Amino acid sequence: MAEYILKTPLTDADVQKLRIGDSVRLSGTIYTARDAAHKRMVEGLDKGQPLPFDIKGSLVYYVGPSPTKPGNVIGSAGPTTAYRMDPYAPRLMEIGMKGMIAKGKRNDAVKEAMARHKVVYLGATGGAAALIAKCIKKCDIIAYEDLGPEAVRRLEVEDMPLVVVTDCHGGDLYIEGRKQYEVR
Amino acid sequence: MRTVKAEEVTEALAKVAVNANYDIGPEMLRAFDEALAAEKSEAGREVIRQIQKNARIAREECVPYCQDTGFAVVFAEVGQDVHVEGNLTDAINAGIRKAYSDGYLRKSILNDPIQRKNTGDNTPAVIHYEVVPGDKIRLTFGAKGGGSENMSKQAMLKPADGLEGVKKFVLETVSAGGANACPPLVIGVGLGGTFEKSCILSKKAAMRSPFHRNPDPFYAALEDELKESLNKLGIGPMGYGGTVTVLGVNIEVHPCHLVALPVAVNVNCHADRHGEVEL
Ligand code: SF4
Repeated sequence: MAEYILKTPLTDADVQKLRIGDSVRLSGTIYTARDAAHKRMVEGLDKGQPLPFDIKGSLVYYVGPSPTKPGNVIGSAGPTTAYRMDPYAPRLMEIGMKGMIAKGKRNDAVKEAMARHKVVYLGATGGAAALIAKCIKKCDIIAYEDLGPEAVRRLEVEDMPLVVVTDCHGGDLYIEGRKQYEVR
Repeated sequence: MRTVKAEEVTEALAKVAVNANYDIGPEMLRAFDEALAAEKSEAGREVIRQIQKNARIAREECVPYCQDTGFAVVFAEVGQDVHVEGNLTDAINAGIRKAYSDGYLRKSILNDPIQRKNTGDNTPAVIHYEVVPGDKIRLTFGAKGGGSENMSKQAMLKPADGLEGVKKFVLETVSAGGANACPPLVIGVGLGGTFEKSCILSKKAAMRSPFHRNPDPFYAALEDELKESLNKLGIGPMGYGGTVTVLGVNIEVHPCHLVALPVAVNVNCHADRHGEVEL
């Protein structure tokens, strides 16, 4: 299990070297979106409208932060469960998204699309929301402000601690990791 | 008859709710220490270290431990000799409203499961009332995360399924949904009663400290046995594989009908945020 320091945007080469269980410290710009924002982005794409950010090489973080306390950059900001975004994720991979940050298992359609488009799925520790917020140095709402915690935000992150949970070679840590420790 | 003012309830509950969201409490911290010592996978240990750091930051900086500050669940044990001046349900909801607004907690409650508009203040709470002897009001607050709640299940087993059936159902429920529920988990099992009673019991159990033991030695032993078998599932912290999937199992039991064996499993995450106040 290797350790990598990654900077955004990600390239195919960045993604291809990552294997499940590797730990990653991520720095750069990432975008937040969850259920309602994904629905709106994909419906917009279907109507020929552009996305609110440059998707090429981008990473999307599935998060709905708590309200920001005065003086802080952002509220607590841990990952939400990913499977609810499964219906939308392949569409974003087709047009250049390179990574997803969240928690929990993905379905086969997502994993196939990840292999096809060279995309990595990075796990952030669910519930470690105050710790993750510390890595977020800047936060701007860039679209869908009416969605509140679900609005699309641009985040500048530094050394965000992540683990490769699904790689573009078909590896899935939720399956492989468990196999290693399951006592039957 | 003792009198308690509705405003006192509001103030006290608001404090408990904010504090539970910022400070995971000494028992959960002790459970994390034990988990770190017991976990065999390096990825799993890294997750636990992050959880410990997170708990420290949340407490020291007075920010929510998890961004999902949950559905407010309140168990209200109301002494039959206490008179509440004002409306108790309104007072409880006012406490939640105050906590979630003043404490910068996330508002995650929708007005209707189909129409889905945010109520804007995280109310209404789910309140379970019980009338008890005495002249006190005891409120137990839990902030129940949606991710782990979604992995919970209930089954009306056949009496013939017996103890083995109960064990199997608990194992299957955690095996299927555990990885998505932010393990290491606290598992609440409600056994017996009617359909709804088993669910309420499981919630009560899930909101307890993982070190709580059922006073009946038979069920205390079952709690320990289930913990051991659940930790053999291999799910591990955050589902990355490991030897600590659950921090504890709590069982609550109620008499049941001769044709029934209801069992409910309420899954709680490591963000097992709860607190109590007596008025
Ligand atoms: S399951 Fe628990 S720890 Fe995980 S995101 Fe939800 S509330 Fe937070």
